[in-house]
Amino acid sequence: MPKLSSARLTAQSHFRTLRLGTPFQPRIDALMKTNDWYDWGGYRAPASLWDEELEYFAIRSQAALFDISPMVKYRIEGPDGEDFLNRVTLRDVAKLKSGRVHYTAWCDDEGYVLDDGTLFRLAPDRFRLCCQERHLPWLLDSAIGFDVSVLEETEAVAGLALQGPTSVAVLREAGFAGVERLKVFDLAEFPHEGGRVTISRTGFTGDLGYELFAPAELALSLWDRLWKAGELRGIRAIGYTALNRARLEAGLIVANADFVTAEHAIRPDRVRMPDEIGLGFMVDLEKGHFNGRRAIAQARAKGSMRHVLVGLEIEGNIPAEHAIVYHKQKKEVGLVSAAIWSPMAKRNIALASLSRPYGDTITDDLWVEIYAMRELRYERLMKRARIVPRPFIKLDRRTASPPADF
Amino acid sequence: MTSFDAIVIGGGHNGLVAAATLGKSGRKVLVLEAAGEVGGAARTEEFAPGFRVSSAHLLNRLHPEVMKTLELERHGLSFGPIAPSVALSRDGNPLTLHGAYGETLTGTSASEQAAWQEFRAQLLRYAGILKPLLARRPPDLGNMSLMESSAFAMTGLSLRRLGKEDMRDFLRMLLMNVSDVADEHLADDRLKGLLAFDATLGSHLGPRSPTSLLGLYYRLAGEISGQPGAQALPAGGMGAVIAAILSAAKSAGVGVRTDAPAMKILIERGRAAGVVLDSGEEIRAKTVISAINPRSTFIDLVGTRELDTGFVRRIKNIRMKGNVAKLHLALDRPPEFSGVDATGHRGRLVIAPSSDHVERAFNPAKYGEFSPEPVMEITLPSLADTSLAPDGACVLSAVVQYAPYALKEGWETGKPKFLKAIMAQLELYAPGIGKLVRHAELLTPADIETRYRMPGGHWHHGELQADQMMMSRPAFGASGYDTPIDGLYLCGAGSHPGGGISGVPGLNAARRIIEMRG
Repeated sequence: MPKLSSARLTAQSHFRTLRLGTPFQPRIDALMKTNDWYDWGGYRAPASLWDEELEYFAIRSQAALFDISPMVKYRIEGPDGEDFLNRVTLRDVAKLKSGRVHYTAWCDDEGYVLDDGTLFRLAPDRFRLCCQERHLPWLLDSAIGFDVSVLEETEAVAGLALQGPTSVAVLREAGFAGVERLKVFDLAEFPHEGGRVTISRTGFTGDLGYELFAPAELALSLWDRLWKAGELRGIRAIGYTALNRARLEAGLIVANADFVTAEHAIRPDRVRMPDEIGLGFMVDLEKGHFNGRRAIAQARAKGSMRHVLVGLEIEGNIPAEHAIVYHKQKKEVGLVSAAIWSPMAKRNIALASLSRPYGDTITDDLWVEIYAMRELRYERLMKRARIVPRPFIKLDRRTASPPADF
Repeated sequence: MTSFDAIVIGGGHNGLVAAATLGKSGRKVLVLEAAGEVGGAARTEEFAPGFRVSSAHLLNRLHPEVMKTLELERHGLSFGPIAPSVALSRDGNPLTLHGAYGETLTGTSASEQAAWQEFRAQLLRYAGILKPLLARRPPDLGNMSLMESSAFAMTGLSLRRLGKEDMRDFLRMLLMNVSDVADEHLADDRLKGLLAFDATLGSHLGPRSPTSLLGLYYRLAGEISGQPGAQALPAGGMGAVIAAILSAAKSAGVGVRTDAPAMKILIERGRAAGVVLDSGEEIRAKTVISAINPRSTFIDLVGTRELDTGFVRRIKNIRMKGNVAKLHLALDRPPEFSGVDATGHRGRLVIAPSSDHVERAFNPAKYGEFSPEPVMEITLPSLADTSLAPDGACVLSAVVQYAPYALKEGWETGKPKFLKAIMAQLELYAPGIGKLVRHAELLTPADIETRYRMPGGHWHHGELQADQMMMSRPAFGASGYDTPIDGLYLCGAGSHPGGGISGVPGLNAARRIIEMRG
């Protein structure tokens, strides 16, 4: 019996480490100066490592290394992989060629977004789906009637984002021959330490950048390879605060920050259809059936969608984070979900969710109410907001092919 | 290539009723039946040389609206006399319910008779409240039409009309178990055993399982010849019922193809467009109506690719594991049940000596074992329709429970053991019956599944319990005969109100289709 109970105790060790380390943890721990951690899906992830301002500028003018291992990853494989993903996700997977990546989202029966993420077509019958939330039961139940296997590989696969103008030079310097031939949303496999690393020209920064996926056991050697090669290219490890600024400049949304995913929403009016969070472009009503298709088509026909996600430019330079949006300074019409002063755009920018018709047909005379804390007193600022197109910044180097060498 | 306005998949009685009703509305309708003849579980088949029987052996809920709409009497249907129910007793003192579910009672004390009359009236009153709900399309909670809401309001009104005390009792009893309710009113074990049996027949419930009283209400909401709770063995047997419905369908111009199993429902741009047969033949239609099992319809014929994941989950979660076996005996001559007179033998004979006995019979079924002392309802159909057996011989038909679909030891070895257990019970109530048996056919739920294409061998095509009734039948998203696929409807027992030879799902579905201009 004592043996059994000790075996049980070992099996129950999860509560001793409430935040797990990623395969890169030894390197990140070594670089961590601020001790500024946050919880990313149960992992101990850096909000910043040394200086969030400079980390942001590493993205925009050097090469920034960001650990994306906590991102949830599924391996989807089988002859029906394409059909399966077409049924689950919004975009037409038939149009996604092998060796390409696309940004997509998926919905429940009612057409409410369960998550967004990136779909990697590694081979004609092999995919990787990366996202914020866990979806294994949903994916497995969706696989009924399809010749496909769905495997959770979040722990088994380590991921790194290498973003910034010198990122291609770092990779080339590290010996990933031919990486400069990757166009935006291309992916390819490269040899590494007897194994393989998948490199895609993707990212969450709106900048030139790459994402690398490798088996967890190759993680540290991959990090070291990049770190060494990047020494003269200004490679820096960064945390989420810096990345979050970059993604906002790029106009990208984050699940459960800019919208509430359908399985997390408790209040019935918090769920969102793709069109309500700016993902309507993904919905392909022509490709055949997919989850939520009927509900979305019906809501469009009835005009019953009630929300719209917009980019805002706000006067002044005080970030309007979580500020309420007003029409004519009076009527409450929405909420800002993310806001920063954009160093690149030199503008005060924000993402906001508005209730139609505001943001849809009524777009003028919008205001945000910012409470600025000034030495233990709030100063209430009513600032004019203007709906502007996203992304807030557009960098030619993100898409230039071949990418410029720095 | 011929094209139809509507194709009905499955030539069971509900499929035929739907087809006939649509045919009468001027639509060009085709019925596809997988078997060699129509009728589903009500079809009559030979099970031993010269002996024929149908799995459904009693009529107690064929709906008057169906009779009227299809003019079934004009097509040759007559019910014959109302059949009594006999609660058999081992000591030769059976209790008999005469008329429509015991209008009079013989074989028990005067006080018990009086108590029964009061209780019967109460049960019929309460079943009467549910009756309209079990006859109409279930309400659409999301967007109820004016008609639907007013019909719903009528139920509320009829509840109010009961009076305060009765309304309170109706609500109190609604989800109770039959055993407790019967104990409140009755003393006679045979009578309580009969009620326990009737309430649980065909479901995975014992008399003490919560909500088991609903099964009794369901039964009493049926009527024959305008008499609630009545039952009949129709002249000419169940075959005559099917023949009448088929005749109505044919005179409405309905085409019927037998030996034509559907393989696939064609779906084009989210809309049903026709049916592909297992021969590969494609038949197109504007509307497809499935009278077969809801799970088979969606998972096998539509396919998960055309459906949303959450809906597939719900369909796969429909509970439909049957608990009933069907026994057919070819007997040298009519058997004699102790103490039962000639009229009784032409009625329904029930072995369910007490509520406890039924509960004990249910217990092993929870753990995948059959009842060692099963309970059953017996008819001798060849007495009403002599064509069913050779001269002087007799057919015995019995619905026996509990026989769990997923028998732990497997039906291959379990079946002979279960038959032995059944015969042992029969011998107790009709001594010498064993020696009369020329041939015995026992259909376990597994056999019923194969023969009638009823998944789980469940004649309701889904447990008929509170959570799978009304707008939750067969599952949210497919209730009220509509489906997520435009132009595809359901019309079988898996839909509201449920199984039994009622024709209500078929009729309601057809009316829904006509209303939707499908």
